[in-house]
Amino acid sequence: MSDQLRSLVDHPVFVYLTDGRTLVGQLMGYDQAANVILSKTHERIFSSTEPMKTVPIGVYVIRGETIALIGELDEELDDQADYDNMMVEPLDPIAL
Amino acid sequence: MKLFYSFFKTLVGQPVTVELKNDLAITGVLVSVDQFLNIKLDNIKVVDEERYPHMLAVKNCFIRGSVVRYVQLPAPSVDTALLQDAARRERQQPAAGPRK
Repeated sequence: MSDQLRSLVDHPVFVYLTDGRTLVGQLMGYDQAANVILSKTHERIFSSTEPMKTVPIGVYVIRGETIALIGELDEELDDQADYDNMMVEPLDPIAL
Repeated sequence: MKLFYSFFKTLVGQPVTVELKNDLAITGVLVSVDQFLNIKLDNIKVVDEERYPHMLAVKNCFIRGSVVRYVQLPAPSVDTALLQDAARRERQQPAAGPRK
């Protein structure tokens, strides 16, 4: 497990939580339970009626239990993405 | 106990599709797996991209085992007879008790 997240440390990441929220930030650290520390965290709020909103929320410690997915954010692709016109439903929460 | 962990290790390098418990499905190359069946995928593509553009900028990811419903595998990669055999043996002599 430690190796799986080690390659993402100090990289910008996309975190998808089990309650459906999506965060982006810089991965500062993690542990065996996939608890994670994120800095420069922004929540990305999607809506089918409005363009995507970004809310900065600073440094977060996220409990591993609530993490569904951690993706490496490709900043080039992220810059190219048209979030200002992206009107989609937020991701579904995960019923565990 | 580690049967499926060992099984997934034999599939590293194969394309798989991971379906999460909320129906989101992600296809990618299996990079690694761990004892909790957490999965790391490379070159991911979200199935039904139009519905899920949220992850356009994500090319590889770590998926927590606890949120996985299915892992779809390429049939030719699985030796079902071997797997059945191993499962039968595991049932007769479980290697360890329940995990905490």
